[in-house]
Amino acid sequence: MRLISTTILLCCLCCVAQARTLTVGKGKMYSSVKKAVEAAVAGDTICIYPGVYKEQHIDVAKTIHLRGIGLPVLDGEKKYEILTIRANNVTVEGICFRYSGRSSYMDIAAVRIAESRNVVIRKNVFEITFFGIYSQHATACVIEGNRLSSDAKDEINSANGIHCWKSDSMLITGNTITGHRDGIYFEFVTNSHIKNNYSYQNIRYGLHFMFSNSDTYTANTFRNNGAGVAVMYSNHINMFKNTFADNWGSAAYGILLKDISDGTIEGNRFQNNSVGVMMEGSSRLKMQKNTYTQNGWAMKIQANCMDNAIVQNNFTGNSFDIATNGELVLSKFEKNYWDKYEGYDLNRNGIGDVPYRPVSLYAMITERNPSSMMLYRSFISSLIDKMEKIMPALTPVELKDDSPMMKPLKL
Amino acid sequence: MRTIVKYVMLDLLKNRIVMGYTLLLLVLSFGMFSIDENSTKGVLSLMNIALIFVPLISIIFSTIYVYNSAEFIELLVAQPLKRKTLWLSIYSGLALSLAVAFLIGVGVPVLIYESSATGLILVVSGLFQTLIFTGIALLASVKTRDKAKGIGVSILTWFVFTLIYDAIVMLLLFQFSDYPLEKPMIALTMLNPVDLSRILILLKLDISAMMGYTGAVFNEFFGGQLGMLVSAIVLLLWTTVPVWLSVKQFQKKDL
Repeated sequence: MRLISTTILLCCLCCVAQARTLTVGKGKMYSSVKKAVEAAVAGDTICIYPGVYKEQHIDVAKTIHLRGIGLPVLDGEKKYEILTIRANNVTVEGICFRYSGRSSYMDIAAVRIAESRNVVIRKNVFEITFFGIYSQHATACVIEGNRLSSDAKDEINSANGIHCWKSDSMLITGNTITGHRDGIYFEFVTNSHIKNNYSYQNIRYGLHFMFSNSDTYTANTFRNNGAGVAVMYSNHINMFKNTFADNWGSAAYGILLKDISDGTIEGNRFQNNSVGVMMEGSSRLKMQKNTYTQNGWAMKIQANCMDNAIVQNNFTGNSFDIATNGELVLSKFEKNYWDKYEGYDLNRNGIGDVPYRPVSLYAMITERNPSSMMLYRSFISSLIDKMEKIMPALTPVELKDDSPMMKPLKL
Repeated sequence: MRTIVKYVMLDLLKNRIVMGYTLLLLVLSFGMFSIDENSTKGVLSLMNIALIFVPLISIIFSTIYVYNSAEFIELLVAQPLKRKTLWLSIYSGLALSLAVAFLIGVGVPVLIYESSATGLILVVSGLFQTLIFTGIALLASVKTRDKAKGIGVSILTWFVFTLIYDAIVMLLLFQFSDYPLEKPMIALTMLNPVDLSRILILLKLDISAMMGYTGAVFNEFFGGQLGMLVSAIVLLLWTTVPVWLSVKQFQKKDL
């Protein structure tokens, strides 16, 4: 019995060993990638040697390993989709995808993952592509260490860097994305992890979430994107240790949370944004240990948000700490450090003895009449603010931190 | 002219009030920077000093100085000197000594703690406030013969520029909030040197918030080359026009 099983095992090993390596390039086995893919059987490796391959619609429908050696270029001549993956366990690495087609009615991608599992797209370069990597109905794929750049000018004629639609358990890590419409776009994507990516100078959002539940994103940096990051209509989203920086504009937010519930936002850094966090219709979010520095508005919390806990955050150097649009406050502020706090601590327990009201009257005024920003920090505006601090009339009375910290928290 | 400027300046630099003013500015600036490790807060407090306190001191001190040296001026007028030269020398002496006081009192601490573009704009704004409000003081004192009334006019002028003007602007803002107000606001800013300087500082300090709303319009204008040039010209006009008017007045004045 043991002998038989050993033989079977050996046979299997032999089969694996039989997996061939096909080479593509000048003077190699094949001159075109397409022919090599056609000739390959499941388990083969195709090595592509340096050169420019002007090929279109390479259709990978079997489990193969596409490996670029010395960064060969697959050129779509601005007309075609370059690579379509329709099989499980395909790996694509070390290839430069250039000039994918563009279209206003079709989603043309440089690399498309269609209805597949366990596909790995690793260490590739995407230059001037429409959609960079497009995954539809994919499961457990890894998109790792790719560099994507494009030349998007406006939202209409551009597309997303990494686009995932109806996918599950994706891992997107260590990618650099710039010049697209949205850096990373998620729609109906679940149980996925976005980690260590750097998304900057995209036309619209650095990261865009729609209807995607139970996803986590960690240690990403989103910088100088048209409108920052948007997370909409999703629940159970976790965000840890990300950096949101330099998103400037009248509708630019470090992060926009719209109809989000049950998430954790922890250890993130919001710096130099017009609005650090914009919350609309969001509930049951835990926002803790975040750092807000040098933002125009650290947070804007609309009155339709409820049961959020904003605990142990540092607010320093923001023009306005919190702004809101109504009287109703259903969220909780506790143990935050506010650099504008002017209270005292008689019992020396590190917690201020009088509550801090983070909404200044002038924040309310500019919310209603943006032009009044012109008088910000003038004598009269500080006079009004001081009066309001003594006798709150217009600012929501309930929006306060009862236990403000005296010293910045070490985060 | 040079001798008179020199005389006025030396007289003023030895003056206890100017010395006290320098010292006060110095102590305030160092204090504000060392209270908080975050130097932005220091800059903010200094901005209030440069835009509220400095104009007040400049305008009141200059007015009082001109009234107090009425006899000295009469004496000099009796000499073979052009009235224009005499008046300009007095202005230069006053403005220079107050500017030196400001440079020592605020410029030096800013240089030490916050030698950035923000700090530079702050110091330049403060200098302009000194020059502008000294000029306005001369105009006020040459227009009114009575000392008490002259000082009253000066204080009122300061009050208008720092508070009343802004209150009126705020009123306009809310009355006409249904209209696009960005461009009229820029024009209104130009009409008040204090507001103009404040916006220039804000564009460095609160850039994130300013980029938010109408800020984009402000930034486009003031942040650009043209805007900077226009603001500089407007500030220079604010410096020269009151002085020029006061010279005209002084030439005709029956002492």
